[in-house]
Amino acid sequence: MSRAALCVPCRLAAIAAVVACAGGAFAWTAGWLTPRRLSAPHIVNTFETNYGVHPGYRRNHAKGLCVEGEFESNGNGARVSRAAVFAPGDTPVIGRFAIPGSNPSAPDASIPIRSMALLFQLQDGEQWRTGMNSTPIFVVRTPKQFYRQLVASKPDPATGKPDPARLDAFFRANPETLPFRQWLKAHPPASSFANTAFYGIDAFIATDANGNAHAVRWQMVPQTPFEPETSAQKSDPNFLADDLDARLAQGPLRWRLVLTVAAPGDPTNDATLQWPAGREQIDAGTLVLRQATPQREGACRDVNYDPTILPDGLKPSDDPLLAARSAAYSVSFNRRTREEAARSQGDAQP
Amino acid sequence: MTSTRSGFNALARLLHWCMAVLIIAMLFVGVGMVSTVSQLHNTLLALHRPLGIALLALAIVRAAVRLICGAPRLPAAMPGWQRAAAHGSHWVLYALMIAMPLIGWSMLSAGGYPIVLGGSVHLPPIAPHSVALYAWLRAAHTWLAMALFATILAHVAAALFHALIRRDGVFASMARG
Repeated sequence: MSRAALCVPCRLAAIAAVVACAGGAFAWTAGWLTPRRLSAPHIVNTFETNYGVHPGYRRNHAKGLCVEGEFESNGNGARVSRAAVFAPGDTPVIGRFAIPGSNPSAPDASIPIRSMALLFQLQDGEQWRTGMNSTPIFVVRTPKQFYRQLVASKPDPATGKPDPARLDAFFRANPETLPFRQWLKAHPPASSFANTAFYGIDAFIATDANGNAHAVRWQMVPQTPFEPETSAQKSDPNFLADDLDARLAQGPLRWRLVLTVAAPGDPTNDATLQWPAGREQIDAGTLVLRQATPQREGACRDVNYDPTILPDGLKPSDDPLLAARSAAYSVSFNRRTREEAARSQGDAQP
Repeated sequence: MTSTRSGFNALARLLHWCMAVLIIAMLFVGVGMVSTVSQLHNTLLALHRPLGIALLALAIVRAAVRLICGAPRLPAAMPGWQRAAAHGSHWVLYALMIAMPLIGWSMLSAGGYPIVLGGSVHLPPIAPHSVALYAWLRAAHTWLAMALFATILAHVAAALFHALIRRDGVFASMARG
């Protein structure tokens, strides 16, 4: 037999080679051999290096509050999606308003962007989670650009602010960021979460009852009329939460859920571009928010608003940001829940 | 060489080799999906959950087959420490094959995640929504996956040692029956 011809040390070496190859392939897949390859922990680590670790808080959109209410579907959304949430009827919602950034006590006016995250709890146990911003488009197109922007935004230890020259160099090298920056310039922030429109940013694929796919984006259009942030608000670090409490004391707040349906050829893989005006819009129903709770004790605290958690009838598009958001949110959730667990264990001990 | 000892039966061998492929794939899917930020993340994540449940079902069937049919005796000439290592590692493999999917399922339950298998098909939670429990199970899922992969590497090395060095029919008992 041919294998008898091989010496014992050769055969032992062959065994070692098999084990080493398997172990090496595993380590490569895990990213341990390629520390420069962009990974989800990499992105979250950069948030932590830039802005410090605030135990128990989300690594981004750290400052926020929880809200509860329901979505009243009028059935119109069923034209593009068979998801049960679009059939006529009510779906309970656990939501969260926030501002971007890692600092959970940042002044509200420090950033002109707000976010709304929602978890629709469907009757059969399915969920639809979405994280929306007050801008219809995103600043970058790819996870790599997002990472580079984060690196370019590293606060200068002397000023506590990003180095404008570095940030400028990033923007100049990445012209895709221009529509976002122009949009921000043209749209001053609103005076309240209640009168802010929120946009799902990324495109998704809706599947209707006949199995036909439709590329869609969604937005929440406030019933409360827009008013710009006032100068008194600019000096009040927590005006957004106080304002929301005051408004909810008067009654529930409402937004219309509007689905925009792409025409053939509209890009689904580029969150820096709006689809042309005149696309079909479907008013799918009303989001009614009734109650706000500080995030430390609210139901939203323990929710990872991963935008790829979708009911049957909705799925992610080929937008490269979606997978990166899912992966990075998960790392953030894992870290903050670990911190939360350590904290609650500490509390239990006298 | 020829061996008079009988090997594993056909069902046990089928389960072993199918699960070998699936478990190794599963471990690679697992470490890959938590690292990558590419579109592959979504694909791997969608694969991980149904594959995990399939492996749980297979592991239960396999444990039953093993309990009912048993395993061939190890050669009498094997040193005591090697026998102990063989029996110990098999126990660890069975324990982890059953524990890993259950921990994954409990972990998603504790994290408040829907446990989607595909389309609208999803499993009920098997643990309360608690982030402290989630944090514990999430860490356990990673560390036990590393332990499972290490045990599999040791198992492969031992199997090849039987096949290439000792040539005592142990490898053939699973390869050919």
